[in-house]
Amino acid sequence: MAESKPKPKLKKEAVPIPKQDPKVRAKNFNEVALGYTEEQALEEASRCLQCVKPQCVTGCPVEVPIPEFIRLIRERKYAEAIAKIKTKNSLPAVCGRVCPQEEQCQAKCVVGKIGEPVSIGRLERFVADWEREHGFAIPEQAPPTGKKVAIVGAGPAGLTAAADLAKLGHKVVMFEALHVAGGVLVYGIPEFRLPKVIVQNEVDYIQKLGVELRLGYLVGRTNTIPELLKNGFDAVFIGSGAGLPQFLGIPGENLGGIYSANEFLIRVNLMKAYAFPDYDTPIRVGKHVVVIGGGNVAMDCARSALRLGAQVCLLYRRSREELPARKEEIENAEEEGIICKFLAAPTCFIGDEKGWVKAMECVQMELGPPDESGRRRPQPIKGSEFTMETDTVIIAIGRTPNPIIQRTTEGLAVSKWGTIITDENGKTSLEGVYAGGDIVTGEATVISAMGAGKRAAKAIHEYLMSKT
Amino acid sequence: MPLTICGYDAAKGTVSFAFHEVGKTTKELGSMSPGDFIENVTGPLGNPSEIKRYGKVLCVGGSVMIAPALLQVKAMREAGNHVTTVIGARSKEFLMMEDEARELSNELYIATDDGSKGYKGLDFLHGLLKKEHFDRCVALGPVVMMKTVSEMTKPFGIPTTVTLTPIMIDGMGMCGVCRVTVGGKMLFGCVDGPEFDGHQVDFDQLIQRQRMLLPEERLSSLLWEMGGCQCGRKQA
Repeated sequence: MAESKPKPKLKKEAVPIPKQDPKVRAKNFNEVALGYTEEQALEEASRCLQCVKPQCVTGCPVEVPIPEFIRLIRERKYAEAIAKIKTKNSLPAVCGRVCPQEEQCQAKCVVGKIGEPVSIGRLERFVADWEREHGFAIPEQAPPTGKKVAIVGAGPAGLTAAADLAKLGHKVVMFEALHVAGGVLVYGIPEFRLPKVIVQNEVDYIQKLGVELRLGYLVGRTNTIPELLKNGFDAVFIGSGAGLPQFLGIPGENLGGIYSANEFLIRVNLMKAYAFPDYDTPIRVGKHVVVIGGGNVAMDCARSALRLGAQVCLLYRRSREELPARKEEIENAEEEGIICKFLAAPTCFIGDEKGWVKAMECVQMELGPPDESGRRRPQPIKGSEFTMETDTVIIAIGRTPNPIIQRTTEGLAVSKWGTIITDENGKTSLEGVYAGGDIVTGEATVISAMGAGKRAAKAIHEYLMSKT
Repeated sequence: MPLTICGYDAAKGTVSFAFHEVGKTTKELGSMSPGDFIENVTGPLGNPSEIKRYGKVLCVGGSVMIAPALLQVKAMREAGNHVTTVIGARSKEFLMMEDEARELSNELYIATDDGSKGYKGLDFLHGLLKKEHFDRCVALGPVVMMKTVSEMTKPFGIPTTVTLTPIMIDGMGMCGVCRVTVGGKMLFGCVDGPEFDGHQVDFDQLIQRQRMLLPEERLSSLLWEMGGCQCGRKQA
């Protein structure tokens, strides 16, 4: 059944991914996208041109050998296909689901110039899911080097660095502050976009590589980085992420019913508040929820609130064109019944006699000249104030780096934004200490954090091997 | 659930906590037997207490927070301070660790809300503050008590540290539930605290935020009491 040449006639449309019906999924937390069947995967894989100089790979932060794995899918060699991906990417089931492929690999796909690009992410997901059903293969590992590395934070950057360093033969201990590994993949991204079992499987795989996982261990408090280095670790990788929620800084923000995106998502996702009181963590979601922000986190909050039975309005201060969320997620959200209100921002919150939010005052915005981010800066329109009734507000306007490590690690160079300063390979101002992911860049994507974890792992390996 | 450490034994590798059984989780904790275990404990979290040689220190501990207050008394004494301790509770039944308090402190005062032991309420403090000079005050206890103490020390210009344990989820800076207004600024109980300047804290807002999920807490607690064995239920 092996094909050596692409089909002469190219289909312009990608094979659509089956999804739960919007009306049904708006009422459950099950995964929205159901994944390709084998036939669909084979059909989609046949659309790949197998370019000699593949552009898609240049769009991938971890340089997954895309044409090669797609060729292996065509040949129905799924085990080989996933092994090929895993030479570069230790979390394919995650990336296949949450990477913004449309801005990365698929944006560069040559097929995209004449029609829809090859659905690389969906194919990656297909083989990753195939492996989960058929059992993991543990790749060959280098002989033990006798070197010990501490990984701080079991999120995308840390998991990637841990996997790469373990494969290179180092003893790796991963410290995670929460009671589960996965970082933003478990506390942030909801079940309907990335099921916890998928993340757990990726974590299991990394543990099978020999990585030791220590949960409930907050580096900076339980032990500091200098203490880890003193206590037998030869190097440390910091991947502690951008966890601290940002607030608007407007009056009334501390009223009841106003949540940070993190609070809302941690309660609903990680602590399963949607099943209160069967689970102990409560969440109170009213009838009229307003989510402030326009990124993927804002979409996740809005869609979670909707599933808890609320009417949800998303308020974004720029226009639809500037929405930073993935296009697919915006479409999913609107299909499910989320109302988006553009070019408006809150100016203050009004509470009832019990201290619970009951309304918010807003102002209409217009777009002025571009700001430093290149996007047009929103400006309030004078006299356009209006009031919106609401009983629940979720503030999803970004997260800043967690300050604990910076405050407890003497000599670690930190920027004015609180991010850790590193070179392009993740090397910090302290010897043997590397960092990567959101703690270095500020809030970004899962895959860029993974890319940083990968580069740092390589640099740590070189550093350890140069030290005898 | 944030609990304040009130003792430790480095040799044994143990820490101790004191808590009242008020809600579902504390009731569940209270139902445990020696040898049982909790799936996950993380800590210590937050910034260490500010222990220095101030001179004369007034330490006020209320209710279950008497236990961690006495840890501060001990540390303050070791740092060379003269420590006057006040312990208080709703009534004498709720008063704990009186003997330890007496032993650790230079002077000890006792107060209860109903007057069943010692002074009735904290009004006597006013007289004490008028009579004696203090260089520092630390208050650990119910929010209302810390508010009262802070209001009393303010006219005397005594720097007052309060220990706040607002509602928090992770305790490491992620959720923002524990936000408190201190000196007009939004700070996080977990990463910026737990100790704050009592003269700057917006206590009324804190009290309101503490009550945010009271109906849910009551429901949870009631179900726990009705349900008996709760095998298989997850920890908050």
